[in-house]
Amino acid sequence: MTAALSISLHVNGERVDAQVLPRLNLADFLREQLKLTGTHVGCEHGVCGACTVRVDGEIVRSCLMLAVQTQGASVETIEGLSDSGEIADLQAAFRDRNALQCGFCTPGMLIAAQDLLKQEAEPDRERIRAHLAGNYCRCTGYQAIIDAVESTALARRGKRA
Amino acid sequence: MKASAFSYARATSVPNAIELLVAHGERAKVLSGGQSLMPAMNLRLVAPELIVDIGELKELRGIAASGGLIKIGALTRHADLLKSREIAAQAPLLRDAAAQIAHPAIRNRGTIGGSLAHADPASELPACMVALNATIIAQGAAGERRIPATDFFTGIYETVLSPQELLVAVELPTAPKNSAHFFCEFTRRHGDYAIIGLAAQAIVENDRLTDFRPVFFSVGNRPHLAKAAAGLIKKAVTPALLSEASKALSEELDPPEDQQASSSMRRHLAKVLLARSVSALLGRPDLYAGKAL
Repeated sequence: MTAALSISLHVNGERVDAQVLPRLNLADFLREQLKLTGTHVGCEHGVCGACTVRVDGEIVRSCLMLAVQTQGASVETIEGLSDSGEIADLQAAFRDRNALQCGFCTPGMLIAAQDLLKQEAEPDRERIRAHLAGNYCRCTGYQAIIDAVESTALARRGKRA
Repeated sequence: MKASAFSYARATSVPNAIELLVAHGERAKVLSGGQSLMPAMNLRLVAPELIVDIGELKELRGIAASGGLIKIGALTRHADLLKSREIAAQAPLLRDAAAQIAHPAIRNRGTIGGSLAHADPASELPACMVALNATIIAQGAAGERRIPATDFFTGIYETVLSPQELLVAVELPTAPKNSAHFFCEFTRRHGDYAIIGLAAQAIVENDRLTDFRPVFFSVGNRPHLAKAAAGLIKKAVTPALLSEASKALSEELDPPEDQQASSSMRRHLAKVLLARSVSALLGRPDLYAGKAL
């Protein structure tokens, strides 16, 4: 029974059929089988947030989910969010504010930040901090990341008004 | 690291999951949200031969309130507890606790049943179950077993569940009239494991605590219902009386020492939490002036 199992799911809107070993986690499946290497693997036990992706619209740790558990699910990675333009403004704000240096945490940071911005139109800095508390950055000291998320929230509000 | 190899079975029903557990016993592990099991497997702290994935069992999902009881299915996620109107109205302690569990991405997967069956002494929900006098419902080949939360937790990652049983739901009494609750934990960073925490459920009548169940977590190998609370019941609480209860609490606790805190630091913080909770529950700022007792 440790043999490979068939799964079919959607990844960034495209149907994917694959054979996976039960022990393969979603992060490694995305990176190694689908070559979607924007999902980063840091701690592999749910602490660092670098592997954050969306499954059925909700953010999850892809290192803490088995690929077999995504049977029938819709998975969205940083490549999908990036290509669709959904977070173009947030990405631009990260660049403008120097909210990334080495960039390792950035995909997870962007997905977690977008999750907050979808739920709340006016998050204050404390809310932003709380929502991103599960994503580690070892370069920036976080201030610039909070700045970028805050300015994106502000700009999106302006657009809606 | 990566999890070692295992076999995988997606349970198709509760009886099917139990059949698998009966057949494989301790060699199998139940996977619900995976937010505790997966890290443990990735770190090779556990290496089950078979994973029984119960994630598709929709009958284990959801919150229902009726007849003075709230029933919460084992697969109900922390994110669901946070959003539920029933929980906010009838068991707000759980809402406050869920807000402190890890991070949004973890709360979107982690489940109440998983958290309780895993029985990490630093986790929030086991303490809440004891504070709320919950009943934990397990299903086995012989049928259903109803276990009071006070008897459920036996040690670090240990409960009275047998490897052949599945935790299917918890049942809580809805908050009676004059209920009040308090939840607070100390962590190094938002979402970290608690250095120490307190989940308390109380009934307040005429400025007195007529019922008070303060349950500390991360102070021992399982949730600790403080006996010292008895000294405060149905009394006009004065700083002197609270100080006495605080001393009794200090004596009944024997907290462990680890990288996060020394034993004496935990004991100190327990007293701070007790004072804060009594002050908040009774609406008496004079009982907690921001200093340790």
